[in-house]
Amino acid sequence: MQALYAQLLVGLINGSFYALLSLGLAVIFGMLNIINFAHGALYMMGAFVAYFLLQYSGLNYWWALILAPAIVGLFGILLERTMLQWLTGLDHLYGLLLTFGIALIVQGLFQNYFGSSGLPYAIPDLLKGGVNLGFMYLPIYRAWVVVFSLVVCLATWYLIEKTQLGAYLRAATENPTLVRAFGINVPLMITLTYGLGVGLAALAGVLSAPINQVRPLMGADLIIVVFAVVVIGGMGSIMGSIITGFALGVIEGLTKYFYPEASNTVVFVLMVLVLLVKPQGLTGRAA
Amino acid sequence: MSNPANNAAAMTRSASSAPAVSRKTVLTVENLEAWYGESHILHGVNFNVTEGEVVTLLGRNGAGKTTTLKSVMGIIGKRTGSVEFEGQNIIRTASDKIARLGVAFCPEERGIFASLDVRENLMLPPQVREGGLTLDQIFELFPNLKERLNSQGTKLSGGEQQMLAIARILRTGARFLMLDEPTEGLAPVIIQQIGQMIARLKQQGFTILLVEQNFRFASTVADRFYVMEHGRIVEGFANSELEANMDKLHTYLGV
Repeated sequence: MQALYAQLLVGLINGSFYALLSLGLAVIFGMLNIINFAHGALYMMGAFVAYFLLQYSGLNYWWALILAPAIVGLFGILLERTMLQWLTGLDHLYGLLLTFGIALIVQGLFQNYFGSSGLPYAIPDLLKGGVNLGFMYLPIYRAWVVVFSLVVCLATWYLIEKTQLGAYLRAATENPTLVRAFGINVPLMITLTYGLGVGLAALAGVLSAPINQVRPLMGADLIIVVFAVVVIGGMGSIMGSIITGFALGVIEGLTKYFYPEASNTVVFVLMVLVLLVKPQGLTGRAA
Repeated sequence: MSNPANNAAAMTRSASSAPAVSRKTVLTVENLEAWYGESHILHGVNFNVTEGEVVTLLGRNGAGKTTTLKSVMGIIGKRTGSVEFEGQNIIRTASDKIARLGVAFCPEERGIFASLDVRENLMLPPQVREGGLTLDQIFELFPNLKERLNSQGTKLSGGEQQMLAIARILRTGARFLMLDEPTEGLAPVIIQQIGQMIARLKQQGFTILLVEQNFRFASTVADRFYVMEHGRIVEGFANSELEANMDKLHTYLGV
């Protein structure tokens, strides 16, 4: 039983990363109509910025939690202003190719300077250790990752679904021309949306640094699964991305316990099944 | 054909003598040309709108009426000529800045957002000036909306969606409204309601530029008419001159 609970926890943690990343992808796709293949590289950059802050500036994990998303978010804003904005109105394929190229360049540069092996990042003192729950041993840092991710996801959901700013965002997703004709600076909103999505990816990177090591290809490995999660959940819905992210993490964890051989493929098998039955994804609006 | 812009200007002077208020020109459009991609839609449009007036653009489908409104709003990619709003040339201005100057637009397709409920749709356009209608005043004009505040925007009936599309721009404080075919596809009783609403807005001093196919409706609300054909204004006359121009209108509109 211990092993089952342990795998459940691993599943929840992976689910946290899936949720944070697919949420950002969904928001970016909605506003920019771009399938952001650079998302994994930006997640990796979040972890590296946390590492740099600690190594070179002595700024600890808690600072990194705020600064890394801001710094990588600014990098994303730069990408959007200099490159992505010119793709408005073009076929999805262009955005996909451009962001895929950006991902390769960024990952290549990091590999060149830091190699492919992982750099260690210590768990912050406050979150070291664990609690024995009786039925399992719960490492505090891992519990923190799950709870904190959930809070961030729900805060993002609230921002988009329940505030005036979110109403602008949803409306601009449907009809940017009209929203702009009401007096809202839509191009600025698009830029900030990309920054927000990228910031969420970087935040996931920081959370991941103490668990998985800081590696140039950490995002490349993860993002493939995240895209499967997005396909299963559908691009249309914020809450859908969150729930699908966590649920698939858990399903993966359970598979690792009950049938380990399938644990690496279960998400993709589910993807195929969902595509067969409901091509727009479980929560997606019809395209 | 004599220059319709001159005719129109002369006619504005005669029409403006009716209510005894000093009138200034709100909108002056001169030699406006516009393109959708490669196709040249407007070929030099000239007209003007005076404060407090209801002016209607008439014309057949494809004459360029909607394109004219969109060009004034700044949402047609390529446009040349001059569009002056309250003395400021806005031909090069981005549409969000134009809206901030006090121009409000209600599109033909209404543009109600499906992912927003009625309240969110209503509250969406930001206030651009002081003095917009309060929610209470809006609910007085459109009692139906009050009961449907929590419904999804696109679950409303066509008439209710049109009311919502107009209501939300009344909140913003813009005093110049452009309404693109507000009666299209609606039942006579709703059209009547919209007519009454336009009359009330006019009383309250709003300036309205209307695009209509429904000539009978337009004749009940408009102070002046312009007739468009092939991307130009070909005729302009006041409501009082309507009878005298009926024959010409029948030819232009094919009604």
